[in-house]
Amino acid sequence: MGEPVIQVENLYKSYGAVEALRGISFSVEEGEVFGLLGPNGAGKTSTVEILEGMRMPDRGVARVCGLIPSDSGEEFKVKIGAVLQSTALPDKLRVQEAIDLFAQFYRNRADTNRLLERFQLTEKRNAFYSELSGGQKQRLALAMSLVNNPQVVFLDEPTAGLDPQVRREIYDIIEELKSEKKTVLLTTHYIEEAERLCDRVAIVDHGKVMAMGTPRDLKHRSAGTTRIEVRLARPLANGAMESLEGVADCREFEGAFVLHSTRPPRTIVALVKQLEAENNELQSLEIFSPSLEDVFIEMTGRRLRD
Amino acid sequence: MRIRLAMRNRMFLFFSLVMPLTFLFGFALFIGKGRPGLIAYALGAVLTLTVMGSFWGLSVQLVTFREQGILRRFRLAPLGAGPLLASSILSNFFMALPTVAIEIMICRWVFHMQGWGNLGALLLLVALGSGTFSSFGLVVASVTNTMQETQIINQLIWMGFLFLSGATVPLAVMPQWIQRVALFVPATYLATGLEAATTNILTWRDIGEDALALAVGFFVAFQVSKQLFRWEPEAKAPRRAKLWALAALIPFLVFGIWENVNGSRLSRVHSQYRAIDAIGRSDTDSAPQDH
Repeated sequence: MGEPVIQVENLYKSYGAVEALRGISFSVEEGEVFGLLGPNGAGKTSTVEILEGMRMPDRGVARVCGLIPSDSGEEFKVKIGAVLQSTALPDKLRVQEAIDLFAQFYRNRADTNRLLERFQLTEKRNAFYSELSGGQKQRLALAMSLVNNPQVVFLDEPTAGLDPQVRREIYDIIEELKSEKKTVLLTTHYIEEAERLCDRVAIVDHGKVMAMGTPRDLKHRSAGTTRIEVRLARPLANGAMESLEGVADCREFEGAFVLHSTRPPRTIVALVKQLEAENNELQSLEIFSPSLEDVFIEMTGRRLRD
Repeated sequence: MRIRLAMRNRMFLFFSLVMPLTFLFGFALFIGKGRPGLIAYALGAVLTLTVMGSFWGLSVQLVTFREQGILRRFRLAPLGAGPLLASSILSNFFMALPTVAIEIMICRWVFHMQGWGNLGALLLLVALGSGTFSSFGLVVASVTNTMQETQIINQLIWMGFLFLSGATVPLAVMPQWIQRVALFVPATYLATGLEAATTNILTWRDIGEDALALAVGFFVAFQVSKQLFRWEPEAKAPRRAKLWALAALIPFLVFGIWENVNGSRLSRVHSQYRAIDAIGRSDTDSAPQDH
């Protein structure tokens, strides 16, 4: 295995008094789709922008294709493509003009007509940018990120704010990139996105990597537990939830109890018995197999979307 | 891209075509008073205003693009600030050319201007003037943080350009002290040069002096704008940067001192004005008298 395509070592970045990054480290191999999963303000965008060369770290090392992004100028920029957290273009620029314009900046450029076809924008080639829907704008941003046949593609929250149907279309596109063995660094706060698309995921919070691995490995790390969400008419007596059989962890969220159980059937039976004893009522009960959100909750005590 | 976007912007078409032509007809009627001999002088003033318009266009667009986050996307491309700014200045020049051509042709065919002036000098001064004032606009845009701030500073600078350059009120009729102050104003070099080129009352030495002033001003302002350029809306211009922006005026500080000491430009302005005035009077004398 050669040198990683992306190397991040002990990255620190502050904006005034706010520490956005507090020693982030990870690496990405060639052809890998790597996800940074975390809530808003976790440091995902700061990390990506440093790797894109748009910001300088305060401390630490960031390398992409062996180059330091902020120092390497044109040599670096021709190797990468990126979709920013929000892409803006002039309202009166047509779709074809936009992609042709950005293609012109590179010597090695893709066929823009084929890109428009691939991203289902052929019919919209003469539309003004302001006339595009959110999904179409994002598809155009993705197409523009590939005009230079990049080695590495950075996608910063590529499906944020899009409806589920459009989000799935974008997932299909990213899976195509994966099949083409492009190296992709993706940031997201959507579990489904990370689980479906990423070969490996780093869970990020408050500027640090809390856990890293394949989605499967991370889920197994969730203490091998099943998540049970319970809503009751009244809270149980103090400590009663935690002492139910099989319960490894119990937290309260938005009026529901979230139990992590190593023996779900026994936990449920014990819960029902406890409710009968207290003359309490079960309003709802949901059972979930471990997810990345569970890993996040275990590590941080919060949901991804708090 | 800039040219395409401009053609699709009604505001641009209004400010770059309708307004200059309105000025042209206004100047031709009130300054030229329909007299062919004075039309050439009026044309010089109008061309000055047309070329100086580049100052507004680029500064407003740059600030808008930065505020809207459009520049961020360009930052990802292998495109530095220098080529981006240079291409904007060049496209501004090409967009000004049709208006310049229309103004000259209207003066020639509608107002019966005699001759075409010195077209070579005109083209040179229009090119250098466009570059200089575009660069000034870019300097302003590099140090302002919001559109509101940009508009305020632009207005203040624009008033100085308008009234101290001879583009609206002939320099020769202003008080002596204003004439001396005007020698420090970049627009003066453009106005006196274009007025001399349209009236053909100039020597190649005169053109050389005007072109040199504008060329040096263009170079320095462009370098300053490139150094102060910001891609991100969050990257606010520090107060120090605003002082650096004043460096763009250093060439005209030097030229102004030189002209005040040497005095040749003011002499030229006065003799030009006397020649134009004489043309105007001879047109009046030769006009048919009603009894």
